[in-house]
Amino acid sequence: MGQIIELVVKRIALGLVTMVVISLLIFVGVEALPGDLATAVLGQSATPETVAAFRKELKLDLPPHVRYFAWLGGFMKGELGNSLANQRPVAELIGWRFGNTMFLATSAAVVAVPVALILGILAALYRNTLFDKSISMATLSTISFPEFFVAYILIALLSVQVVIFPSISNINEQMTFWEKIHAIVLPSLTLTLVVVAHMMRQTRAAIINILASPFIEMARLKGIKRMRVIVLHAFPNALSPVINVVAVNLAYLIVGVVIVEVVFVYPGLGQLLVDSVSKRDIPVVQASGLIFAATYVALNLLADVMSIISNPRMLNPR
Amino acid sequence: MTHLLEMKDIYIEGESDEKWLPIINGINLTLDKGEVLGLIGESGAGKSTLGLASMNYTRQGCRIASGSIIFDGTELVGASTETLRKIMGVRIAYVAQSAAASFNPAHRLVKQYAEAPTQHGIMSFQKAEKEAIDIYRRLLLPDPEHIGYRYPHQVSGGQLQRAMVAMAMACQPDIIVFDEPTTALDVTTQIEVLAAIKKITQEFNTAAIYITHDLAVVAQLADRIMVLRYGDLVEENNARKMLSNPKEEYTRQLLSVRTLTENKDLSVSEKDVILKVEGVTASYTGKEIVLEDIDLKIRRGRTVALVGESGSGKSTLARVITGLLPPLKGKTVYDGEMLPPALKNRKRDSLRVMQMIYQMPDTALNPRQRVSKIIGRPLQFYYGMRGKAAEDRVLELLDKIELSEKYKDRYPTELSGGEKQRICIARALAAKPDLIICDEVTSALDQLVAEEILKLLRDLQNELKVSYLFITHDLATVKAISDEIVVMLRGRIVEQGRKTDILTPPHHEYTELLLDSVPEMDPNWLDGVLAERARKIAQGIEVKTTFIEE
Repeated sequence: MGQIIELVVKRIALGLVTMVVISLLIFVGVEALPGDLATAVLGQSATPETVAAFRKELKLDLPPHVRYFAWLGGFMKGELGNSLANQRPVAELIGWRFGNTMFLATSAAVVAVPVALILGILAALYRNTLFDKSISMATLSTISFPEFFVAYILIALLSVQVVIFPSISNINEQMTFWEKIHAIVLPSLTLTLVVVAHMMRQTRAAIINILASPFIEMARLKGIKRMRVIVLHAFPNALSPVINVVAVNLAYLIVGVVIVEVVFVYPGLGQLLVDSVSKRDIPVVQASGLIFAATYVALNLLADVMSIISNPRMLNPR
Repeated sequence: MTHLLEMKDIYIEGESDEKWLPIINGINLTLDKGEVLGLIGESGAGKSTLGLASMNYTRQGCRIASGSIIFDGTELVGASTETLRKIMGVRIAYVAQSAAASFNPAHRLVKQYAEAPTQHGIMSFQKAEKEAIDIYRRLLLPDPEHIGYRYPHQVSGGQLQRAMVAMAMACQPDIIVFDEPTTALDVTTQIEVLAAIKKITQEFNTAAIYITHDLAVVAQLADRIMVLRYGDLVEENNARKMLSNPKEEYTRQLLSVRTLTENKDLSVSEKDVILKVEGVTASYTGKEIVLEDIDLKIRRGRTVALVGESGSGKSTLARVITGLLPPLKGKTVYDGEMLPPALKNRKRDSLRVMQMIYQMPDTALNPRQRVSKIIGRPLQFYYGMRGKAAEDRVLELLDKIELSEKYKDRYPTELSGGEKQRICIARALAAKPDLIICDEVTSALDQLVAEEILKLLRDLQNELKVSYLFITHDLATVKAISDEIVVMLRGRIVEQGRKTDILTPPHHEYTELLLDSVPEMDPNWLDGVLAERARKIAQGIEVKTTFIEE
């Protein structure tokens, strides 16, 4: 057990270092954007004097390293500052939208992960049959199309041809849970179609890889049924690669949904990020960026820990 | 009289480059209730394939082309998958070569034990659990009540192999197919597993097909022996008759005990010492000590055999000598001059004088390089030889290892195991070393091939006066080739000296155990050893059957 804790602590420490590096990259990246809020707000015709005064007011005239540490220090204390565009606190702006992003990601994950694992296991079980090949074809096709294309196809089919689901997923706090679910079916389905292929193929490959092991031959020679051999003998030993690919896809569901949010006009964090970049609303951009990064790092950390735990050698040392 | 198992005119084929090539050519095999049949042969003889075919099972890429397999009145060829599934594990069970690989690492031992009986609806899990304890006890596993609740990686290799025998017994099958069940084990562990197999098959009157390449092992167990070669039957006879009077030349070759010994002048003189290891203590982690206070001398033109069981630190010592693992304490002295502990600080010439040959020639050769490049590399690296000079030297070396010059353009995959090992030897010789470290160089080879390699090494030594440090767990090899013997146990040297001194009593008790554990061709050998142990215990003398902490 001590060994596991040591490993986990090490991973967490590494995660923190990664976060600091990312915060620096985000800051430098935002700095590199042409123009700033002052030019964006005041427009092309503003005199240099007004721009300079406005900058001073927003503290944009301080040297970059001073602003970086001020920002990082504030972030540590949970003070994300105010939006430069509308003066509302960043935490309030982001909080609700991040919740929405998580809601959409969770709804997609709840469907996508079990479906991918089950399809992967079945594909391995009926390897090289018509069933296996059709699943591969279908999932590969959905991953090959760009997300917005899948999204528009779904809109065309399910909200134009047959009017079942709304094409705009503009949810608000007054809606009940089921109303929200109904509203996000299409974006959720789009995301599911996009991520299933990757997870399913990794599951299939990991299991087929394990099927060549002597202990699988042993299980078969004990007269164990094929399904049980795959589910009980192969799958637990294929967990580590599967967990990793699931984590990457979960992270993608949260971080990579910008396009889907824009298509369905969904009030998530991705859309806010896009808006804020065009408005040069730096505190919002930085905070959203850092939250995305933290999600990514945390999910990968979780995957590492789960991989370690899924290994009986680590869990039950000699 | 009908047989329990009758395999008639079996032809098995394997797929290679989209062609079906024969593996087994029309073999007949019968087995009666309670009978133990030994299947003997070298790798590629088709022993495992034939053994597995007893339940109409073939590995991926193989097929039973024709023949009939009648088990207890049922024809298995063409039988439905479900019929076969109900026989597998219940009436015919299998024990594989490597228990470590054949147990599922994710489940506890008893869960895997109970799987066949519960899945086939023979008994409940609780009942199987209880029976497991009884079988574990019969197989003399330590702590039979609790050992089943461990994971495979938590028990030692020998225990795991016995746990697999137990698993095969779970449904009390009519036949067990043992596929080289002791090949991966140390001699002292092998004897335990052999005793366990013999005991349990006799107690339950189970018939067995025992597959091995080691005649001495099968001599202890089998009632009848079939010798296979290239998928053909060479000879079949009652075990005792075959051992005392083999009819075929090939069987005689397998039976012949290695005799390479020649009388050398083994007088000891200090000036012949080319390599000295003094007070070496080493560790991989810095905490657990793997080698402790090792002193060793190697003399010019002599062979020092380093003997010990797995985990005794033999290969670690080789790593220290070559500089791959700098020791915590102690030093390596070559020709009176202390060598830097770490490889990267050593001069090119001190790298040259020591070369290594490894256990697995498959992994020691770059599969993408031709033989001429593999052997040519040290010529270029140490001597700067290129072009014609290097080419001539490669041919000269090929000639030394008794391969014709057409081998120079081949890739390693086009060579047999023995030929690959010869290439490794040539590569080592190319550097013109004073010392060659041979790490289990014959373990992965068939008996007859191994013997030829040992002969070659001996001839090269006589010609070139090169010294060998011969790392091995195989005492037959030690007897065959060594001048001096060093016995290692748990990172320490327990005994060292000239071969004649070490091999004549009195021995150190560990050396004695090692020597006593090597199976002999005598079919009564195992019973004799076990009876001797029982006698000693009856007299109140402590009998140590292992020196390794399990």
